[in-house]
Amino acid sequence: MEKAKTEIIVGMGTCGITAGAADIYALAAESAKTKGLDVRLSSTSCIGMCHSEVLVDVVTPGFARVTYGNVTKEAIEEIISSHVAANVPVAKYVIAQMPSYGKTYDDIPIFGQMPYMNKQERVVLSNCGFIDPLSIEDYISKGGYEAVKKVIGGGDPKAAIEIIKASGLRGRGGAGFPTGLKWEFCNKAVSDKKYIICNADEGDPGAFMDRSVLEGDPHAIIEGMLIAGFSIGASYGYVYCRAEYPLAISNLKVAIKEAHERNFLGDNVLNSGFKFNIKIKEGAGAFVCGEETALIASIEGLRGMPRAKPPFPAQKGLWGKPTVINNVETLANIPRIIVKGADWFSSFGTEKSKGTKVFALAGKINRGGLIEIPMGITLREIIYDIGGGIPNDRAFKAVQTGGPSGGCLTAAMLDTPVDYESIAKAGSIVGSGGMIVMDEDDCMVNIAKYFLEFTQSESCGKCTPCRIGTKRLYEILERITEGKGRKGDLELLEELSEDIRLASLCGLGQTAPNPILSTLRNFRDEYVAHIEEKRCPAAVCKPLITFTIIEKSCTGCMACARACPTSAITGERKKPHFITSEKCIKCGSCFDVCKFKSVLKK
Amino acid sequence: MGIKLTIDGKEVEAKNGATILQTARDYGIYIPTLCDNPALEPYGGCRLCLVEVEGMPKPTTSCTTPITEGMKVKTVTPQVERLRKTVIELLLSDHPNDCMTCERAGDCKLQEFAYFYGLRSNRFYGKRRQYTKQDGNPFLERNMDKCILCGQCVRVCNEVQGVGAIDIAYRGFDAKVCPSFENDLNCEFCGQCVSVCPTGALTGRIWSKKGRTIGIKEVETTCSYCGCGCQLNLHVRGNEIARVSSKPDNHNEGWLCVKGRFGYEFITSPDRLTTPLIKRDGKFTEATWDEAISYVAERFKKIIADNGPDAMAGLSSARCTNEENFLFQKFMRAVVGTNNVDHCARL
Repeated sequence: MEKAKTEIIVGMGTCGITAGAADIYALAAESAKTKGLDVRLSSTSCIGMCHSEVLVDVVTPGFARVTYGNVTKEAIEEIISSHVAANVPVAKYVIAQMPSYGKTYDDIPIFGQMPYMNKQERVVLSNCGFIDPLSIEDYISKGGYEAVKKVIGGGDPKAAIEIIKASGLRGRGGAGFPTGLKWEFCNKAVSDKKYIICNADEGDPGAFMDRSVLEGDPHAIIEGMLIAGFSIGASYGYVYCRAEYPLAISNLKVAIKEAHERNFLGDNVLNSGFKFNIKIKEGAGAFVCGEETALIASIEGLRGMPRAKPPFPAQKGLWGKPTVINNVETLANIPRIIVKGADWFSSFGTEKSKGTKVFALAGKINRGGLIEIPMGITLREIIYDIGGGIPNDRAFKAVQTGGPSGGCLTAAMLDTPVDYESIAKAGSIVGSGGMIVMDEDDCMVNIAKYFLEFTQSESCGKCTPCRIGTKRLYEILERITEGKGRKGDLELLEELSEDIRLASLCGLGQTAPNPILSTLRNFRDEYVAHIEEKRCPAAVCKPLITFTIIEKSCTGCMACARACPTSAITGERKKPHFITSEKCIKCGSCFDVCKFKSVLKK
Repeated sequence: MGIKLTIDGKEVEAKNGATILQTARDYGIYIPTLCDNPALEPYGGCRLCLVEVEGMPKPTTSCTTPITEGMKVKTVTPQVERLRKTVIELLLSDHPNDCMTCERAGDCKLQEFAYFYGLRSNRFYGKRRQYTKQDGNPFLERNMDKCILCGQCVRVCNEVQGVGAIDIAYRGFDAKVCPSFENDLNCEFCGQCVSVCPTGALTGRIWSKKGRTIGIKEVETTCSYCGCGCQLNLHVRGNEIARVSSKPDNHNEGWLCVKGRFGYEFITSPDRLTTPLIKRDGKFTEATWDEAISYVAERFKKIIADNGPDAMAGLSSARCTNEENFLFQKFMRAVVGTNNVDHCARL
């Protein structure tokens, strides 16, 4: 047997690479070579701690796995000289250690007990950040493909459907429809051909749950699709993945190839006579293609536009055949449920919302990243315990869940449990898992405008309320943020929002007004301030704010004058400065550079 | 057995697979539409045909919803009427509203709905799409700022004509119907798209300023371009053709080709022959029909007498009807006495 080597594992998901992981990887290889160290250097995917990228793990044989965060070029040198060469962890870069690998080190926090981790429950993300996504052996070593063997070996397509139904798993793409029921409808549909589609057209701003799973654990998707295919009677699967996820697509391609080589995919899966092949369809960048009928049209080579339902895809889907469309996270849950059982899965979560849910925590939050929580923990636990609260001691204002289709929830709603029913009751949706935290410096009118701009530009243009209606909503918000709002605008927003919700063809249009409706409900005073007082309470909307210098505290350091791009600031050294408002373009540079808080923005 | 349901309290019955809209129409119940065309696949885009169905959480488009047993449909409720009005207002907020000079005034569905809903003012205003680019072709005029994206032109081009010259491009408010890469339209110019367009977005170039509805008389006739004999509906003002359409209940189902729809200018051409001409002393001179027919008959008789009937041959034309072609071969065989008869379409 080969002598165990010290392992260096670099997090090389898209987030890691963006933070410079490729350089760190190359540097680690070079450094170990020059130092004559015999190490095993490998890469893994995103573990979710975006706030600490680049992440590097070191495992000395027999000792705990140690995770380092914010690893720079200097840091990796130090880590290799000290930890790799001499088994002395470098405390200043350490985040935590994982005792399951071996003997622990003194004075290093335990990974699972960190505030970021201890409320998480990793089911879907259990492999992310731990296995090499390009290695089918790694996946198999973690129990991968056992579920497929069990389901196909059992021979009864309905067996898996019963397990999934009993587990209470609901679609993780946003709508929350019971997955087992969806499969059952399609299983019962009579047809010569059926299809299973994995919806990987993740497009909510700030959401990257599916990308991380595809990048980090592609075999789980393949296994989930195999089980779904076997259960509904489909021999073909499509993964509809947005082309903006090149790493996810390339990892998935490798995984499909490997699965073929191991006979998990092909014309005779595991010699059972079951045929199953997967094709990847790269989306061309339209958000609306996440809507299932638009997605189907896109695979068929048509323009990605939704059509009315019924008929539902389970009756008449791709190429007119019965089709099941499951989201990435839903499918990644499947093998785990099959292996560990419905009871195990339903032990997480609430009565109606079982299991865990992955969220992309972003915005004004100390520890942003990818988290997986059991359904039912509160927003407060997510934002303050896992996310570490709001940076710079600013006050929490709202959290937007469900992306552009969702709503903003307020501080008063922080104790709402995160499950489908409770979040809906609070006036938003769980959605696909985007969670954007906002603080007192965010203007809620501006936030609503941002989301409307997104939905409007992503509307397919097919139906009138969405195509023109969301444009008019956006324009009303635009004029409010420019100080041109008038009496009656809020009522008009409400009327039009309601009509768009009722009259639009697909979910995109029907939910597009949600950000407006929820902010109007919870932050109406901000709208009123914009319209009646021509004032932006959060001092965000440029046409409504002014910058002035507080003479008392201005030291005349001239930092603001140097930073001003339009030379709007005048004044002599060591004497209070002055802003000429006609010249000021309200860029905020002076506000940002002033060390004495002498620039007043209001 | 049919499926029974009630629409506006009236018990109705229709075939399985029928939509609410089709069923309502069969029973003379009116539901407003802009994107629907019975000859095309349902679209569900304009949202005017929304109806309330008992048990459904939201109004549904009657053009796409299949009927089910016991369904209870309401086509006129305060809610759906409000939604329809909003839809029309939204469309008008992005429309030139230049009915004064629009070719389709009086024959425009959008104008008609604005009239019925009494929309003199509009709650909505804002950016309007403006397109100035014009195609180079002599047949179709596209005023895309009048387009309401009902998609009928796209569907007729795909489903009926099988050409697929146009589709919707861009997204959101900027969505527009255009040929690929926004090139100039380069198709068969059959004008099927023009015939289904509910507004003034698509019109015939030669129809411009020839008359709208006042003083227009409709004359039905048969197209003389080929043996199909499509039924034309000539819109005539004074003694001039203003435009050509065709009714859907004809054997050609209302569809025409470029020739039938746009190729009528020969009718008033100064070059057109209106009397027979006989070449006398190397020059064509006007003659009466009697003179001309007698002249041809004499020459035919002479050829047959001198060289036998097989010295004659007849070639007929695809522009003739079946009946005319039948008569022609009968003439050649029974009167002239030869089987030398053929037809251009066989070549």
